Amino acid sequence: MPNLKDLKTRIDSVKSTRKITQAMQMVAAAKLRRAEEAAGAARPYAEQFNSVMAGLAAGVGDSGPTLLTGTGSDQTHLLIVMSAERGLCGGFNSSIVKLARANAKKLIAAGKTVKILTVGKKGREQLKRDYSEHLIGHVDLSEVKNVGYTNAQDIASDVLARFDEGEFDVATLYFSQFESVISQIPQELQIIPAHFEANEDETASTLFDYEPGEEEILRELLPRAVATQVFSGLLENAASEQGARMSAMDNATRNAGDMIDKLTIQFNRTRQAVITNELIEIISGAEAL
Amino acid sequence: MADTMQFDLVSPERKLASGQATSVLIPGSDGDLTAMPDHSPVVTTMRPGILVVDMDGGTQEYAVTGGFAQITADGATILADEAVPRGEVSMDMLAERIATAEAARDGADGARADDAAKRVADLEALRDALG
Repeated sequence: MPNLKDLKTRIDSVKSTRKITQAMQMVAAAKLRRAEEAAGAARPYAEQFNSVMAGLAAGVGDSGPTLLTGTGSDQTHLLIVMSAERGLCGGFNSSIVKLARANAKKLIAAGKTVKILTVGKKGREQLKRDYSEHLIGHVDLSEVKNVGYTNAQDIASDVLARFDEGEFDVATLYFSQFESVISQIPQELQIIPAHFEANEDETASTLFDYEPGEEEILRELLPRAVATQVFSGLLENAASEQGARMSAMDNATRNAGDMIDKLTIQFNRTRQAVITNELIEIISGAEAL
Repeated sequence: MADTMQFDLVSPERKLASGQATSVLIPGSDGDLTAMPDHSPVVTTMRPGILVVDMDGGTQEYAVTGGFAQITADGATILADEAVPRGEVSMDMLAERIATAEAARDGADGARADDAAKRVADLEALRDALG
């Protein structure tokens, strides 16, 4: 039978764990709100951008720059895997890595060359196990408190420089789409060659004049499109991470509460057993006299 | 003819302004242009410069560091890389952008160097216009 002092210590330790998880949950909730706001604020730009690009891309057809039409081959794939810098957020990192890993496996099985660029420490740690020879770069965002457009630009210019040097043919972005606090869906999005879906038929059908020319505009805008997509990926990921952490910590807090209840009952029973034992000893001592 | 058109100014990080405008002066990369209601549809890239908007609440000016604009008959949407109301521009920030552009110019060659040199010149012109 565990003694009373041990039980007391365990209850205290679980109580302080609960305090920590509760605090982490509240911090995550506050950060989630901010991350959601940032994602919402960035949406108008991305939407406008996509509708302009859709119109442009439809206009040039097959003669556009390689960023749009591709290099004509799909031999080398670059997977850009975005994950969190920190753990303790449930299955958030694992589910992104799982998706990326499944696709990497498929590509390797098909005889393609796979290169992986990681953003965020946790995803890199998990991918290092099986794919360490495929990792070609890493972007560290652990010092960044709120992701900004400049972070996305840095990543995009790194990716574009690699593309210019012919390091890969197809680039795909892996991140988690924020649906709600309890649901974040890992996504893959091909960014090079770029795809733009015309969502509004009216802008797509309007005939625009392009200044300077269509080709020049495309050349100027396509790199920006990569940055914009990376940026929305980063923002979605930030919101998803906080959402996942919030629900993970909520669960942890509840589990800690259950454990405290259980331990308290055990503590009370043990104490009662000790008292009963003492009484029996006293009574049988008295009877013996 | 409509008197006003929908005006939106957005940057990658947030929406900066939105409302009804009577005219918008855009620093296009091939020269300034003014968009008014019923303008023919145009998409243009922007050079660093000052964007002037005539809105119901008076004239507003923004310093932009590049981006592009989409003009239709009933609206103008400015997608700026960075946009700051004229009164709030910090010279330090601008100097930083100029330094980055100069570094890009010195590192580039060929057609890119020309583009980069133009950007430096445009940024310097913007600084002089503000200063």
